[in-house]
Amino acid sequence: MEQQILTLVTFFPVIGVALLLLVPRERADTIKAVSLIVSFVTFLFSLLMYVMFDPVANGMQFEINIPWIAAFGIHYHLGIDGISLLLIMLTTILSVIAILSSWTAIKTGVKGYYISMLLLETGMLGVFVSLDLFLFYVFWEAMLVPMYFLIGVWGGPRRIYAAIKFVLFTMFGSLLMLVALLYLFFLYHGYAGEYSFDLLKIYEMPIPLGAQTYMFLAFALAFAIKVPVWPFHTWLPDAHVEAPTAGSVILAGVLLKMGTYGFLRVCLPVFPEATIQFVPLISILALIGIVYGALVAMVQRDVKSLVAFSSVSHLGFVMLGMMALNVQGMEGSVIQMINHGISTGALFLIVGMIYERRHTRLIADFGGLAKSMPVFSTFFMIVALSSIGLPLTNGFVGEFLILLGTFKANSTYAIIAASGVILAACYMLWMLQRVIFGKLTKPENEKLVDLNIRERLVLIPLIVLIFWIGIYPKPFFIRMEPAVKAILSMVHKVDRADVERKEGIHVAQPTCVGTTCTISGGGAGCGK
Amino acid sequence: MNHSLYLIILLPLLGFLLNGLLLGRLKKGFVSFIACASVGLSFVWGVKVFFELLAMPEGARAIQETLFTWIPAGQFQVDFSLLFDPLSSVMVLVVAGVSFIIHIYSIGYMHDDPGFGRYFTYLNLFVFAMLTLVLADNYLLMFVGWEGVGLCSYLLIGFWFEKKSASDAGKKAFIVNRIGDFGFLIGLFIIFWQVGSLNYADVFARAPEVFAVGGGVITAATLLLFLGATGKSAQIPLFVWLPDAMEGPTPVSALIHAATMVTAGVYMIARSNVLFMMAPTTLAVVAIVGLATALMAATIALAQNDIKRVLAYSTISQLGYMFAACGVAAFAAGIFHLMTHAFFKALLFLGSGSVIHAMAGQQDMRYMGGLKKQQPATFVTFFIATLAIAGIPGFSGFFSKDEILWKSFSSDFGSPILWAVGLFTAILTAFYMFRLVYLTFYGEGRMDNHTKAHLHESPKVMTVPLMVLAVLSVIGGYVGIPHVLGGSNRFEQFLHPVMTGLHGGADTSEHVLTSAGHSAGTELTLMIGSVVLILIAIYMAYYLYLKNIDLAGRIRNNLSGVHALLHGKYFVDEIYGALIIRPLINGSLFLWKIIDVFVIDGIANGLASIVGDISTGVRPVQTGTMRTYATMILAGAVVLIGYFIIR
Repeated sequence: MEQQILTLVTFFPVIGVALLLLVPRERADTIKAVSLIVSFVTFLFSLLMYVMFDPVANGMQFEINIPWIAAFGIHYHLGIDGISLLLIMLTTILSVIAILSSWTAIKTGVKGYYISMLLLETGMLGVFVSLDLFLFYVFWEAMLVPMYFLIGVWGGPRRIYAAIKFVLFTMFGSLLMLVALLYLFFLYHGYAGEYSFDLLKIYEMPIPLGAQTYMFLAFALAFAIKVPVWPFHTWLPDAHVEAPTAGSVILAGVLLKMGTYGFLRVCLPVFPEATIQFVPLISILALIGIVYGALVAMVQRDVKSLVAFSSVSHLGFVMLGMMALNVQGMEGSVIQMINHGISTGALFLIVGMIYERRHTRLIADFGGLAKSMPVFSTFFMIVALSSIGLPLTNGFVGEFLILLGTFKANSTYAIIAASGVILAACYMLWMLQRVIFGKLTKPENEKLVDLNIRERLVLIPLIVLIFWIGIYPKPFFIRMEPAVKAILSMVHKVDRADVERKEGIHVAQPTCVGTTCTISGGGAGCGK
Repeated sequence: MNHSLYLIILLPLLGFLLNGLLLGRLKKGFVSFIACASVGLSFVWGVKVFFELLAMPEGARAIQETLFTWIPAGQFQVDFSLLFDPLSSVMVLVVAGVSFIIHIYSIGYMHDDPGFGRYFTYLNLFVFAMLTLVLADNYLLMFVGWEGVGLCSYLLIGFWFEKKSASDAGKKAFIVNRIGDFGFLIGLFIIFWQVGSLNYADVFARAPEVFAVGGGVITAATLLLFLGATGKSAQIPLFVWLPDAMEGPTPVSALIHAATMVTAGVYMIARSNVLFMMAPTTLAVVAIVGLATALMAATIALAQNDIKRVLAYSTISQLGYMFAACGVAAFAAGIFHLMTHAFFKALLFLGSGSVIHAMAGQQDMRYMGGLKKQQPATFVTFFIATLAIAGIPGFSGFFSKDEILWKSFSSDFGSPILWAVGLFTAILTAFYMFRLVYLTFYGEGRMDNHTKAHLHESPKVMTVPLMVLAVLSVIGGYVGIPHVLGGSNRFEQFLHPVMTGLHGGADTSEHVLTSAGHSAGTELTLMIGSVVLILIAIYMAYYLYLKNIDLAGRIRNNLSGVHALLHGKYFVDEIYGALIIRPLINGSLFLWKIIDVFVIDGIANGLASIVGDISTGVRPVQTGTMRTYATMILAGAVVLIGYFIIR
């Protein structure tokens, strides 16, 4: 069981696909039921995996490593640490929710739609469990196909443009990644005398800085497009606006995390010197993303593109925290990946629910919904508040740790990023005000029906998670801490145990007098 | 000994959850019972723990209770843990007590509102958040309460969300507070990375080793904390949200925007007295900002006609007093005024609510007058509160205000200028408060006949809370009778163990705060002088607004520029709008339309179309005719062969 659990979780949705192929396409209800059950069972398996996971152990767990294409040293090598564990849980939960949310929204091509959803799930899970870079790449690319169809077939009016844009942007990055991957492969052969894509082996290989720089850039570009890091973000608003609700939920909830996860799993540990070299560049792009995303979100007229731009801002926080390269920043970054999946996923669901009723997403078409749809408005409010990081919701825990860690690394960055927290309140509350508050001026909005049981079921698990992570995030932090420290120890080239000592809090020198003191990187820096 | 501190915050939370989850399914009576009982019991429990605290020896008065680990990230560990010491005990009793009274009053005031259940749900959530704020034993948990009360304030200001002005005001309050919170957060980062903890006990114990007195780091940290305080407690430059907050129901104005939430900044500074004492520059800033705010708000209050607006500016002004006290290191005096102000200002707001209730929603004093006949209970209690805020000897406000004035004169951080500004503000306060009383309760009724016919005293459920608060507004000051009047300032003594910033934690039973170099004679002279001036101000208000109303109008006309400036609140909102909000929106539009769509996407789509163009250009080569291909093959072969021959 230990060995098989990852394979089971990853490929169980494919079993569902096989089942769906047997169901005639007119039997929409059967198709929906099968997909829902399959995704739910996948979730249960992942839950089992969560329970079996040893929270405090170091290293990878549930490892399985068997040759796949032996001639090229390609292995079916799976394994997870605390970071991938949390992302897998996020994926399985969001998949169930996404499928349940499509119940009435998808009326045509039902069979193809649910097959795409399940294939997508396997693709995403595969990326999180792969420890062989070739396997990682296969899943990475495999994910693109179902997502392309989800946007291109079941999307909005400009769906073809959006789908092609999405694929071209992503492909551009992945091709560079492929080149770097092959270079790495041959480099490893030169180093160890054997061919291997095994990530854990590659971690051990020292790489000259020049080569690191080029390969880092290639991988980083692929990941940065996916995150998306400013200025590679323009595919995102288009893809989101055109994608069906469930597509947006998965896209924002999981697919964007592929980029940040790639940085954590590949860029940082494999190219440590290059990482440190590029910290300022990536941090500054992240900062631009935070402020720029928030500002542009503020002036959007379409709720969905507002949420899309808010994602650019939030993912900026994730990147910034990671680039702090200390425990607090990175743990904040990981928890914020999860948070963004939950909160933004929920926001897209909410937008989808209102779109199904009114067939518009323009802010100006709403107003006063709190009167006609009180339950909807309450959920909307809670999710929006979590998105802007109110304490005791998930968003606060993530943003606070990211800013705390960043402040240690570079206080200026932290101060700029913290202004994004103010702007987040501006765009969210302004949107809430125009959508749910005010008078019911439009007759179409008066007759709106409040959320039904299915819609509430879709949102409640996310609301529970919002408060769980906000109030008692300890279980998550315990599980990710060994993994975060492992990555940091590889970046800083110190023992795992020393990661924190290196980051230790220096007691400020008592020589620090007068008003010339500055707080700078390296803790209680006392600049003169 | 188990004190079960957590019950104090758990009870209102349960009330919130119960009313919130069953919203719309409970009868009004039941909703208000749950809400009032949960807060009432919380208060009772607070009193019980308070007596347990009193029973402890003076130096050891602190009860700490850890509930669970909240955020563990490497060395950063923050617990959900509570602290009940003299300072938090005062805050708990004031907050829970005043909240309970206002909950009761609200039953009457909100009786016919369709949002009755929602109202009490929010109110309970507020009490939970506020009690968390004052009971936290670390800065981050304090921040939880800090933002929590901000959320409730947002929800309750915008309670009548169909009114655009209400939801505007709620949003404004939240965003302006966020600006302050930005400072608060950065301040916390500095403290954590210097000290290695956010626990009060750790921070205050290690601060003297870590920070140099007057150093840049501690000055920056405390200034940033103070920025947070200016947001929450409506001081310059972030005071603009509080007047607009009057869009909320009046009991909310009384509870959140007068008695409790807005004093959080004062509490935070008093709590951090160790840190602020190490940063004399910050103390000076706090004192100056506090007094400047006090003076500015008092002048604006002179020219407002809306009864709640006058009280709102009065609140800003009184909060300025409390900060002034903190700024001259008289933290206990600040907390003392916080307490007496909670009583009399809550009473003033509730009284104005009773008036507005009778006036069918009218808030403009120009259409009031003579109400003391129809509303005797409201009038008497309101009058008592006015005497208290004006600082008439014998009433609570006299003791606390005088304490602040004296400290601002005599403290090591004080100066005669600070004292003079404080005194002048006190004179203005007496004047505008009596202007309000004369316009509202005295003279002829200026309302239309329909309203006049319906004037009535409010029901018991509203007047009894007024009476309770009136009693507190009188006796609340007697816990802090100054030495010069033969008392022993027990309030200051009680808080003394918390004020380690003033005495370095040394447990001294003889700890009369220095007013060294100043004689009792000076103190008495200043006290009597200020009372005389205040009485003159009251007479002027009487003369202008009751005896000789024409004169007031003529003065206003002669000083029309000044009046416009004051009536327009110095146009601060307009200035912020032009300098910050407009540019922000236009800049964002530029980023979206020009940078995002035109530049970035233009480049991406441009690259795509260049690729497309090149492909189109090359495409004619693929003609599909065999003959062309054969020619090309031939040409290629000739070139290749030629190359090899020439080589």
